[in-house]
Amino acid sequence: MVELILMSSLFLLILSILLTLYRVIKGPSMPDRVQALDAIGINLLAGVAIFAVLLRTSAFLEIILLIGILSFVGTVAFARFIERGVVIERKPAD
Amino acid sequence: MSWLHIMIVMPFIFALLVPFLYKFFTPRIHTGWFVFIVPLVLFLSLLKYIPAIADGKTVHHSVPWMPSLGINYTTYMDGLGLIFGLLITGIGTLVVLYSIYYMSKHRESLHNFYVYLLLFMGAMLGVVFTDNVLVLYVFWEMTSISSFLLIAYWYQRKKSRYGAQKSMLITIFGGLAMLAGFIMLSMITETYSLREMFNQVDVITAHSLFLPAMLLILLGAFTKSAQFPFSIWLPDAMEAPTPISAYLHSATMVKAGIYLVARFTPIFGGNAEWFWTISSIGLITLLYGSINAVKQTDLKALLAYSTISQLGLIMCLLGLGSAALYFGYGDEATVYAAAILAAIFHLINHSTFKGSLFMVVGIIDHETGTRDIRKLGGLMGLMPISFTLTIIGSFAMAGLPPFNGFLSKEMFFTGVLNASQMNIFSMNTFGLLFPTIAWIASVFTFIYCMILLFKTFMGRYQPIKLEKAAHEAPLGMVISPIILASLVILIFFFPNVLSHYLLQPALIAILPIFAQSGGIDVKISAWHGWNTELFMTLGIVGLGTFMYIYLKKWSRVYGLFSQRWTLNAGYDFAIEKMERFSQGFTNRYMTGFIRDYVVYIFAVLIVMIGGSLWLFDGIAMDISNDAPISLYEGGVVVGMIIAAITVLLAKSRLTAIIAVGVLGYLVSMLFVIFRAPDLALTQLVVETVTVALFLLCFYHLPEFRKETVRMRFKLTNLIISIGVGVIVTIIALSANSTRLFEPISSYFENSYDLAGAKNIVNAILVDFRGIDTMLEIFVLCIASLGVYTLIKLRLAGRD
Repeated sequence: MVELILMSSLFLLILSILLTLYRVIKGPSMPDRVQALDAIGINLLAGVAIFAVLLRTSAFLEIILLIGILSFVGTVAFARFIERGVVIERKPAD
Repeated sequence: MSWLHIMIVMPFIFALLVPFLYKFFTPRIHTGWFVFIVPLVLFLSLLKYIPAIADGKTVHHSVPWMPSLGINYTTYMDGLGLIFGLLITGIGTLVVLYSIYYMSKHRESLHNFYVYLLLFMGAMLGVVFTDNVLVLYVFWEMTSISSFLLIAYWYQRKKSRYGAQKSMLITIFGGLAMLAGFIMLSMITETYSLREMFNQVDVITAHSLFLPAMLLILLGAFTKSAQFPFSIWLPDAMEAPTPISAYLHSATMVKAGIYLVARFTPIFGGNAEWFWTISSIGLITLLYGSINAVKQTDLKALLAYSTISQLGLIMCLLGLGSAALYFGYGDEATVYAAAILAAIFHLINHSTFKGSLFMVVGIIDHETGTRDIRKLGGLMGLMPISFTLTIIGSFAMAGLPPFNGFLSKEMFFTGVLNASQMNIFSMNTFGLLFPTIAWIASVFTFIYCMILLFKTFMGRYQPIKLEKAAHEAPLGMVISPIILASLVILIFFFPNVLSHYLLQPALIAILPIFAQSGGIDVKISAWHGWNTELFMTLGIVGLGTFMYIYLKKWSRVYGLFSQRWTLNAGYDFAIEKMERFSQGFTNRYMTGFIRDYVVYIFAVLIVMIGGSLWLFDGIAMDISNDAPISLYEGGVVVGMIIAAITVLLAKSRLTAIIAVGVLGYLVSMLFVIFRAPDLALTQLVVETVTVALFLLCFYHLPEFRKETVRMRFKLTNLIISIGVGVIVTIIALSANSTRLFEPISSYFENSYDLAGAKNIVNAILVDFRGIDTMLEIFVLCIASLGVYTLIKLRLAGRD
């Protein structure tokens, strides 16, 4: 029973990844795509968690944390890029 | 080391000393005086060998050079080698003596001159006294190189450089062909030694490589000896100083090819191919050289063409004489062996009179400032010694008594007349051509000899046209040509001394069939009675005189042949076309665009790998070992395909970057599914950093490129990319399907016992295969240092 629930949720997650992928391709604006990338990251995070339960292992728990951090960092980087044109700003010359 | 070895090495060692002697004694003592000792000592010590060689003995010594390859520096001296050795050292002595007076010690860089000359002398001695074919080749190329250096001695002049380059290209071309021929011979006989090859003549004749080896070796001989059509380098080599022309381009180097042909006659002789190639090429060269010599206006060019013609004569005789080997020992062999004897005899005669003629021309050049026939004339009263020497030399060359050329020319006619009676090698069809062409060529020879003599010394003296007032040369300068000219006469009156001591041993060396029977007794005499040969000579003199008198009338015939169809024009045309073609070819495929090179690389990859998979039946498809595919694996892969296609079709760069990010994240998902947590971790981090770096690069792209358009579609790129994808897929599937042995991963499962680690991946990285990790760290270090350097170090304007 639990197995079935996990499998079906995994299936739904993959479906949602594919749907957000459509948003990545379609756009229409760049923030849409970045949002979609962020959502894919979160979906992956959830997918990894379900996998860990499915495989009955704790080896993937670091990955969950890491995806959380990285998708945040990535989204911030994109956001800065779209907003200001640069990712890392230099100090203005005195 | 025997004395023969020391003799060959001596010029090389002395060449090392020459620059020091030049530095310390110039301008007090002419460097040539020191150099003079070397050939003199060599000549005198070679004289000692004559009695032993005349008794039929041979000298050979061996010094190991590369014993593991079977290459030993073996010297070998028989009659043939001795004649050449005496010519090289004897004429070498005279040329050095002559050059002491010819080359100014104040103006010329004598150290260069004598170093090159000594290098040449040593190399030439090495060629004629070597038994090992590879060592022979080494010395052969050294003669080419030192000749190149000597031709371009006045390297400031364009024509010198042109002549040097031409002779280099042609003789090295032939030398390389000869090397290939030598290697074929040594493959057949499994030895590098000439003497051992002579013992295996039957094996060589029966082998399928016989003909290629023969033709390649002949190519070497023909290029070196300026045979048709490789004769074009010799007239251009006349830009060398005159002592060099006298030494290299009349007496020694151009006879290296003759030596080679004579040396290999015991192996290849007696075959129709050898007979026809050599005698016909020799005959063509004889005619070509003599006809061309008549139209020359430069004295040295005239002598150059006459050298070509005389070399053709010698070559032709060697070819005709090789028929003797066909018959084996007997009366018929003796008849044809006379041609070989004539060849060797004329070889010596030619060296004497041509050497002296070159020296005389050098004197004329030196004392009047020009070598142009049209400017010279009436020098008879002013330069009586040179005039006498020219009479002797040119009459000998024309084949008149009482000079040695008469004897060898008569023997030449005997040779071609005998050859025309020959009933082998389908000679009865073409036999009559030989005496006819030889006779016509001799008429032309007579004409140019008369031009050389009369146009220079007779007629009107024109002091206005000359750079200097003509006067007789200093005594030292005429010593050498006087010695040579007196030899010309001496040989005529006492030919049998020469014949007994030198010619017969050489004949036995060329035709070993006479060795067992105690040799061949040939008497050379000036008077044979009223025979055909004498009438031929009389005819030559008659017709030659007639044609010389009316030279102005008929020499306009030469104008009919366009300059565009000469061999030289062909050579220049070929060189130019080859350069143009290779330049055009290179420009065609070296476009400078990396995308083109990538297309080449991938196309070759597809063709090579795909071709070999197809040829060797390597495509395999076996799904029995494959794991079942679950739904989520399929889903992730579908997502990856969509992301990858998005990268390709993206209209803006940012979309492509985002799609790459998606692709990377999905790959890490795949790692999770396939239970590789460490890989998934690393992949996630690396992917994020890469995407961030892409964003950084994107910002720095130039302004005008930001208008990103859809990727240009190219059919080639599509084909190549699909091809590569298909090939890689096929390889992966085939490799997966053919499992040849068990994987070794079961060993690493003991990582806790072996390395104390529960994580296999990390145990492999730092313990089992730690060196790889160390070097990967190194790679990252280099990459980061490189990035730092590229950003910080800006050496603009300082490439």
